Amino acid sequence: MQDKVIYFDHAATTYVKTEVFEAMKPYFTQEYGNASSIYSIGRSNRKAIEDARSTVAKCLGAAEPSEIYFTGSGTEANNWALKGAAFAGRKKGKHIITSAIEHPAISETCEFLKREGFDVTYIPVDEEGLVNPADVEKAIRPDTIIVSIMMANNEIGTIQPIKEIAEICKKHKVLMHSDAVQAAGNIRINVQELGVDLLSISGHKFYGPKGTGVLYIRKGVRLENLIHGGHQERNKRAGTENVPGIVGLAKALELATINLDAHYEKLYNLRERALKGIMERIPHVRLNGHREKRLPGNLNVSFKFVEGESILLMLDMKGIKASSGSACTSGSLDPSHVLLAIGLPHEIAHGSLRLTFGEQNTEEEVDYLVDCLAEIVEKLRKMSPLYEDFIKGE
Amino acid sequence: MYSEKVMDHFTNPRNMGEIEDADGVGQVGNAKCGDIMKMYLKIEDGVIVDAKFKTFGCGAAIATSSMATELIKGKTIKEAEQITNKAVMEALDGLPPAKVHCSVLAEEAIAAALQDYRERNGLVEDMRYEGCGGCCKGCGAHGHDDFDEFEEDWD
Repeated sequence: MQDKVIYFDHAATTYVKTEVFEAMKPYFTQEYGNASSIYSIGRSNRKAIEDARSTVAKCLGAAEPSEIYFTGSGTEANNWALKGAAFAGRKKGKHIITSAIEHPAISETCEFLKREGFDVTYIPVDEEGLVNPADVEKAIRPDTIIVSIMMANNEIGTIQPIKEIAEICKKHKVLMHSDAVQAAGNIRINVQELGVDLLSISGHKFYGPKGTGVLYIRKGVRLENLIHGGHQERNKRAGTENVPGIVGLAKALELATINLDAHYEKLYNLRERALKGIMERIPHVRLNGHREKRLPGNLNVSFKFVEGESILLMLDMKGIKASSGSACTSGSLDPSHVLLAIGLPHEIAHGSLRLTFGEQNTEEEVDYLVDCLAEIVEKLRKMSPLYEDFIKGE
Repeated sequence: MYSEKVMDHFTNPRNMGEIEDADGVGQVGNAKCGDIMKMYLKIEDGVIVDAKFKTFGCGAAIATSSMATELIKGKTIKEAEQITNKAVMEALDGLPPAKVHCSVLAEEAIAAALQDYRERNGLVEDMRYEGCGGCCKGCGAHGHDDFDEFEEDWD
């Protein structure tokens, strides 16, 4: 089995589905015209973009296709939502509210805005990674411009009460943005039901192409532009459209939406099988994140007395690709800010492992994973002076 | 990201384990930072006849511990004291920049175990060993926190 790649890192990125790639292909070599041009290959591109916009609008439950804006990534969509709202809202105030467990595309953008003179409040989360809507309401000030809370966390998979938070924002006339990059394709998203003003998604998280994203901007919401230049995307996002990318993202989102229930069930079952196997076979394990309110394919566990990077390296040698919240994989000395925010001590956060399942994974792969993990954790614990101390009862 | 030698010492660590009747034991690092190295030495007539280690840490931490024990085995105390983190790194064909602190930890683990040996044998005249105490200065966390402070939610 070593020769085979077993991919359990779908929250990092996914492959492009064959149907998606087929839909994109013509726009590389045949339909290459600039969508802004008047001649026919330009016009057919324009139609492809507008069809994609309609598809995305339908999948996200937007009122109109014109509320959908294509970007170059989920990160760009997040940057645009925050900077666009902050700079457009400067007359109203300078306060931004977000959570302590956002992706760097949000938190680093907030840090940038802080340097530009804005105030940022980071709402803490509970030990399962949930934001309490009441905390958001308490944090709202007369000068609050926008609240940005992710729909689902990239590391621990916890799904936030976005609808309740959006209601609070509406009541206080504050914009509500949600980074739904991890949620899209995994749980149902309906922007009107949720009541959000802005929402970001990224194509490569749901079997679409990399370098593609969408920002949903509810009609009537005014954002400052992030990218200046030509008149593309109705003068709001300059740059010649990435037509194959846009077509691919829309196709991938359409497929994900059609197959959502089956996809959810499949990933949920794989996740539960893995969790059960790990808990039965390996002692001193902790599940990180919410037991129920979490993405179907997300499993995040901490193994006491061992360090995450060592687990990853040994899994890799067995063909299994996963991810960790250990400092050693982040290039810094601090472990994941998300794991620290849910109250894990540094040493437990260092021993974390994130497994994110996908459509092509099988039960056999999960069983193989559990076998490998049991062996690896035992091997590393034998090497660990912390485990030695524990066994000796010190 | 790692050299073949690092991967070799990580997957097949040399001298992993404990020495029951060790003449010197040194532990450095901090669980908070994600690295702890414990080194056991057996010393006869001023020569390190055996060395073993236990390490909690990343691939580089395990590989540097393994290499450090290899480098000091058969050496006199004086020779072992001359082994720097650089020597450990070179023997492993280099480490990524973010992992250099692991080799520093290995050097400190050797020093701590030798200091313990001296203390046990009344050979200490100078000040006590003042190693890192925390880990590698990089994380700002110093002092050894109790690893067992967090006991909830364990299976």
